[in-house]
Amino acid sequence: MTALGHAAESGSSATETLLFRGASLEGTGALDLLVEDGMIVETGVGLSRAGATVVDVEGLVMLPGLVDLHTHLREPGYEASETVLTGSRAAAAGGYAAVFAMPNTSPVADTAGVVEQELALGEAAGFVTVQPIGAVTVGQKGERLAELGAMADSRARVRVFSDDGFCVWDPLIMRRALEYVKAFDGVIAQHAQDPRLTEGAQMNEGVVSAELGLAGWPAVAEESIIARDVLLAEHVGSRLHVCHLSTAGSVEIIRWAKRRGVNVTAEVTPHHLLLTDELARGYDARFKVNPPLRREEDVLAVREGLADGTIDIVATDHAPHPPEAKACEWQAAANGMVGLESALRVVQLAMVDTGLITWPDVARIMSREPARIGRLEGFGTPLTAGHAASVTFYDPSPVRTFSTHDLRGRSTNSPYLGRELPGEVRWTLHRGVPTVVDGALLDEPGVRA
Amino acid sequence: MRHLLDTKTLSRDAALRILDVAEDMADTQQREVKKLPTLRGKTVVNLFFEDSTRTRISFEAAAKRLSADVINFSAKGSSVSKGESLQDTAQTLQAMGADAVVMRHGASGAPRTLATSGWITAGVVNAGDGTHEHPTQALLDAFTIRKRRFGADSRGRDLSGLAVTIVGDILHSRVARSNVWLLHTLGANVTLVAPPTLVPQDVSAWPVRVLYDLDEAVAEAPDALMMLRIQIERMNAAYFPTEREYSRHWGLDATRLAGLAADSIVMHPGPMNRGLEISADAADSSRSTVLDQVANGVSVRMAVLYLLLAGERDDDGSAA
Amino acid sequence: MSTRTVLHEADIARALTRISHEILESNKGPQNLVILGIPTRGVTLAERIGSLVSEFGGESVPVGSLDVTMYRDDLHRNPTRSPRPTQIPPGGIDGRVVVLVDDVLFSGRSIRAALDALQDIGRPAVVRLATLIDRGHRELPIRPDFVGKNLPSARDERVFVRLAEVDGEEYVSIEGR
Repeated sequence: MTALGHAAESGSSATETLLFRGASLEGTGALDLLVEDGMIVETGVGLSRAGATVVDVEGLVMLPGLVDLHTHLREPGYEASETVLTGSRAAAAGGYAAVFAMPNTSPVADTAGVVEQELALGEAAGFVTVQPIGAVTVGQKGERLAELGAMADSRARVRVFSDDGFCVWDPLIMRRALEYVKAFDGVIAQHAQDPRLTEGAQMNEGVVSAELGLAGWPAVAEESIIARDVLLAEHVGSRLHVCHLSTAGSVEIIRWAKRRGVNVTAEVTPHHLLLTDELARGYDARFKVNPPLRREEDVLAVREGLADGTIDIVATDHAPHPPEAKACEWQAAANGMVGLESALRVVQLAMVDTGLITWPDVARIMSREPARIGRLEGFGTPLTAGHAASVTFYDPSPVRTFSTHDLRGRSTNSPYLGRELPGEVRWTLHRGVPTVVDGALLDEPGVRA
Repeated sequence: MRHLLDTKTLSRDAALRILDVAEDMADTQQREVKKLPTLRGKTVVNLFFEDSTRTRISFEAAAKRLSADVINFSAKGSSVSKGESLQDTAQTLQAMGADAVVMRHGASGAPRTLATSGWITAGVVNAGDGTHEHPTQALLDAFTIRKRRFGADSRGRDLSGLAVTIVGDILHSRVARSNVWLLHTLGANVTLVAPPTLVPQDVSAWPVRVLYDLDEAVAEAPDALMMLRIQIERMNAAYFPTEREYSRHWGLDATRLAGLAADSIVMHPGPMNRGLEISADAADSSRSTVLDQVANGVSVRMAVLYLLLAGERDDDGSAA
Repeated sequence: MSTRTVLHEADIARALTRISHEILESNKGPQNLVILGIPTRGVTLAERIGSLVSEFGGESVPVGSLDVTMYRDDLHRNPTRSPRPTQIPPGGIDGRVVVLVDDVLFSGRSIRAALDALQDIGRPAVVRLATLIDRGHRELPIRPDFVGKNLPSARDERVFVRLAEVDGEEYVSIEGR
C-alpha cells in the first residue's frame, strides 16, 4: 500500500480542473500543466481545456511539491507550540506537500498506536501528507529497541526511525537498530551528538563561546558519532541517514564514506546554510538550536557539500516553541527554530542566488531525494502526465522582509524575523488540491473564496 | 551610563572615569560622616539569583552610603525558586519602582537579556553572570593595582606597561574574563596560567599570553599576581586529578611567594581556599591586597551607582 | 547677542585685594581662618585670596577645595557630572572660621550644597561666603559676606569668569540674548 492509497481512502476534494500556464523548471522551456482529479493529466505548450480554471504562472519556477524529512509537529502532547493541523498549514505555506513528523511527542511515537494517531491527524487536517517517523528506542531512552516492525506494518507504514533530540549513543543499540530495519527497508536517522562531550552545552564551542562564557558544543561530538555510524552501517550493510549535519568535518566524513560505498545519506537545515555562531553575541535565544549554529567555515563547507551531492537533501528541523521558552536567559531557553515557511526562500538566498545550485537541483534536494530516502511514494515524482499533482509554483523575484505575517504555524521562534529574504510561494498543490492560492494560504484545503 | 554589563565594551575613557570617581568616593569614606545624600530617593534592588553575601553586602553598602534605598531580593525561597521566570521577576521590580537593578545570575548573558528586554526601565549592573563577566570586580581590581602602584597620584592614570598574571580556572571564571578585557583596555599586559583543561578551547582572539607553568610565570616578575578560587568539584568532572596536584602545580605557596619581585602584589577576589590555590602566608602577607580589594569594592561600586543614577538618564544602551 | 566686559584683569585684582582686607577686618586678624574654594574657578580664587590674606595678615592661612557635586539638588536634570577633588587642609574645619569662595553667586543652590558638604566633614565655628560676582536672582535665603562686584543681570543672560591659571586669559563678561 502506498501513500497514494491513503488518499484514496480518505477521499480528496480535487474537483477543480486547473490549467497552469507558462511556468518552468529553470533550464527547460516554459510549460503548461493540466491538473485534474489529483493527477497531472497533460503537459505541453499552448494547452487548453474547456471548463478548466486557467492560472497564469508565467515567470514562476515550477517544482515538485516539497518534502521535508525532518519536522517537529508537537502533537500529541505539546499542542501549545504546534499541532499537526497548524504545522501542516505552515508546511503548505512554505510550498511543502509532505512532511515527516519526528517522534519526540508525548507520548513518544514508539508504538503503532501513536504513529497511526499522528497519521489520522494529518489526514484530517488535509493540507499536506504527514508521514510519522517512529522512535528507535522505547521512550527515546536509548536502552531498548521500540517495536519497529509493528510501526512499519501499521497503517502509518513507518520507514524512517529516529530518536531525534537524542543521540542513539550506545554503539550496540545502534548496530542492532541498523541491522533490524533492513527487514522492511527502513532507515535509522541519527541525531549525532555524543552526550558526554556535550553535557550542559549551549552553543558551538569556539572563539565566540569562550568570550561569552557559554558551555561549548564541540564539532567533534557530532563528527565522532557520524564516523562511528558510517562504519557500523558499512559493517552490517545497512542504510544510514544523518540528521541536520552542521560541520565541515562531518561533510568530510560523509564524503569519505560515500567514496567507500557506504549507503549513507545526509541532510542539512536551511539555517545551517546561512547563519553562524556570531549571532549568539547578544544572547538572543532565537538563535539557540541543536546542533548549534557553527562558524563561517562550516557554513561554506555544508553549502559546498550540498552542491556537490555529499549532502543529499535539505530538511528544516522545524522546531516550534512557545514565547516563554525563548524570551528568557539563553541557558534557560529551548533549542530550535521554526523553518517551514522560510525554507525555500533561505535555500534560494544561500544556494541558488549564490550560483552554487540551480532550480532542478532544488527539486532534487527538497523533493525527490527526501521522498526517496523516506520511501514515500507519490512525491518527488516527475512533473509529467500520469503522476500525482503535488506541485509548487514559486516566484523568486520579490525581496521582502520576513515577519510574523509570514508565519502560519502556532509559534514565532524564527531567526529570520526582520531579515530580508527573496522569493514567495504562489501556489501549492497537494495531490491536486490547492492549499496555497495566489500567495495566500487557504483556510481549508481546496476551498477557495 | 545606562547599564554596566561587561568590560568588553567599556571604553578606556569610561573605565578611567569610573576609577577616578571611585577615588573621590574613597576619600569620603575616610571622613567621620561617610554618607552622601546624592542618590536620596533612588531605589536600588539587589537581584541575586546566586548566593553571594560579600558582593551583595558590598553593593548594599555602596548604595546606602549614597543614601539610596536598598531592596534585597534573593532567589532562594522566593517565587523564583518555584519557577517564576526572569521576565515576571523583572516586571515585579519595575512595578515596585526600582531605579537600578544589581543582578547576579547563574546564566551567562542574563543581565543583557534583562537590559535589552524592554521589561524594565531601570539601569542594570551586572554583579556576575554565569561564567561570562563580573565588571565591578575587574574595576575594583584595576583600582587596587593603580592605588598600590601610584598612591595619591592615581587620578587620571591607566595601567600602561604593567604586567598582570591571572592564575586559576580561566574556563569558568567571569572574574578572569572581565579582567582580561579591562586590563588590556587600560594598557596592561596580561598572562594567564592554568592547567590546559581549564583554558577555553579557543582564546586566540584574547589579548593574552597563556602559560601552563606557574613557576615560569612567577620568574617573569609580574607586577600583580591574581589568584582565582578553584572549585574542588571540578575534580569530579576530570578537570584535574586531585586537590593536591592542583595545589602543587598552580597554588601560590611559600616558595613562589618568595620568588616574586619586591613590589609585586598578590590579589584574590575571594572567597579564598587557604592552602589550596593560595597559602595562608601569601594571603596574609604585606603583598596581599585582599582586604584593600574589599574596601575598594565599595568605592568602585559607589562610583558605578553614581554614574548610573545621578545624571539625566540617557537612552542609548551602551556604557558611557 | 551682545557681550560686554564688566571686569578687566586689573579690576579683578583690585576686587580680590579688597575682599582679602575685608576678611581680615571682619575676623579681626588671620587666626583660625580656613579658605575653601568651590571647584572649578572658586579654587583658583581661593588660592589667590588665601595668599593675599596670608600676606596682609602676616600669618599663613590654610587653603583647600570643597567639591559640592554629590550634594547638588539638580543632578538628575543634567548629564552626569564628574566630581572634583575635595581637599580639606590638615587642620580640618572643626571650630574654625571657614570662608567659602566661589566665582559667581546666582541661585544660591551651590552654596546650600556646600553647607551640606561642610556639615558631613565637621563643625565649623562660623561659615562666611566670598564671591567675585553676585548676579542676583537668589532662589534660597543665602547672602554673601564679601562681594567683588554686584552685577545686576537678566535671568537668561550668561556670565563668564575667565582666570589666567584656568583659562589663559583674565576677565568677567556678560552675554545678552
